[in-house]
Amino acid sequence: MNEIPGDLKFLKSHEWARVEDNGTVTVGISDHAQGLLGDLVYVELPSVGDEVQAGNACAVVESVKAASDVYAPISGKVTAVNSALSDKPETINEDAYGEGWIYVVKPSNLAEEQEELLDPDAYAELIESEEH
Amino acid sequence: MAQQTVLNATHRALGAKMVDFGGWDMPINYGSQIEEHHAVRSDAGMFDVSHMTIVDLHGARTREFLRHLLANSVDKLKVSGKALYSCMLNAQAGVIDDLIVYYLAEDFFRVVVNAATRDKDLPWIEQQAAKFGVKVTERKELAMIAVQGPQARAKVHSLLTPGTRAQAEKLGKFVACEGDGLFIARTGYTGEDGYEIIVPERQAVDLWNKLLQAGVKPAGLGARDTLRLEAGMNLYGQDMDEGITPWEAGLAWTVVLDDERDFIGRAALEKQKADGVSRLMVGLVMDDKGVLRHGQRVVTAHGDGEILSGTFSPTLGKAIAFARVPAATGGQAQVDIRGKLVPVRVVKYPFVRDGKPAQHI
Repeated sequence: MNEIPGDLKFLKSHEWARVEDNGTVTVGISDHAQGLLGDLVYVELPSVGDEVQAGNACAVVESVKAASDVYAPISGKVTAVNSALSDKPETINEDAYGEGWIYVVKPSNLAEEQEELLDPDAYAELIESEEH
Repeated sequence: MAQQTVLNATHRALGAKMVDFGGWDMPINYGSQIEEHHAVRSDAGMFDVSHMTIVDLHGARTREFLRHLLANSVDKLKVSGKALYSCMLNAQAGVIDDLIVYYLAEDFFRVVVNAATRDKDLPWIEQQAAKFGVKVTERKELAMIAVQGPQARAKVHSLLTPGTRAQAEKLGKFVACEGDGLFIARTGYTGEDGYEIIVPERQAVDLWNKLLQAGVKPAGLGARDTLRLEAGMNLYGQDMDEGITPWEAGLAWTVVLDDERDFIGRAALEKQKADGVSRLMVGLVMDDKGVLRHGQRVVTAHGDGEILSGTFSPTLGKAIAFARVPAATGGQAQVDIRGKLVPVRVVKYPFVRDGKPAQHI
């Protein structure tokens, strides 16, 4: 299994969130999730300026096999989206925790919502239990 | 517990991702479905299709029986080894299954039907066969490996003994020969040249490994689905079922309304043809980004239709689909994707020919 970077927090639905030094939060889907989906062929991104609510669907990733909603781990205003994914959605397959990021939000309720997320060990346990 | 083919452990050792497919534990991919797809279009890939149901038919009246059972005409089969694709219909002309039938001798034909429909197909075939004194034998001890792609035949030939190889090299399309313990049919479900090889289970792992050494890339059911859809081939259960007639499933080319042949479903087919067929199967291509999926609503000027098989075509780099739409539908339609109406082109399929996008696509 791929190493899960220690600075990430997760939703049970396999999204990751990373709090950056400037206080924004970068969001993507986990390496485990991209493995389940298989070859990605389309990503429907949110728009810069959208307000997203934690727990709500805010993007869609589609593989050849299936379409899957991406749920927001943290509420806030979208400040950047990874438009490179439009032409190269497979970047998520190749580097889910790095170049495959999906969007960035300026969080509105970070302290509280952050508590709800899983740390890397808890997330690793979750996917372990799902596999058996 | 899902059923396993004799190659199950081999797939797992190759790192296959396994899924349940109609009660069978089968490989969906061995890493990348898209790479496997391209391998078949450009070189050679192989699929374990041992879950499919092989049925041998024996008896002096076998041809007469098949003239009654099938909507296509086995009278076309005159040379031993020749194969025919056909629908097997119920009395209402609904499709019970689609299948391939091989003529081997006047008293011996072989039929290959789908895995997911086995439990209804066998009783149906047996029930009809009894009236003709035809013996129906399921060949569970046989496995099947499809080797497909422009280099597939050459790679298979390299593994055959000289006598069998000579036979295989001169096989025409849709004809089978036997040798080296194998039943080698120049058929497939990808739109590429190649073979479907029926092999005794005890030889199957060895054959698979030799093909692997010869440079044939293992491919899963995921690639099989995108390949067959690009090639314009129907999938039973998704593109047609017992509530759909061949006229409505783009399968008119498989129906022979010849003189007096009394096949099951004929009367209903003739009636529907005379009354007019209100729904047709068409191809769709979406030039916008996104993926067409089974079940999405198709909006046309003449009413709604629906997507049957939909996918992302690795060869075209865009989404394609089969849809059932009102017969009057013209060249344009829209598909409802998560509440957004996205324009699509209505096209004739196949979408891909000889490994390349078809001219009009």
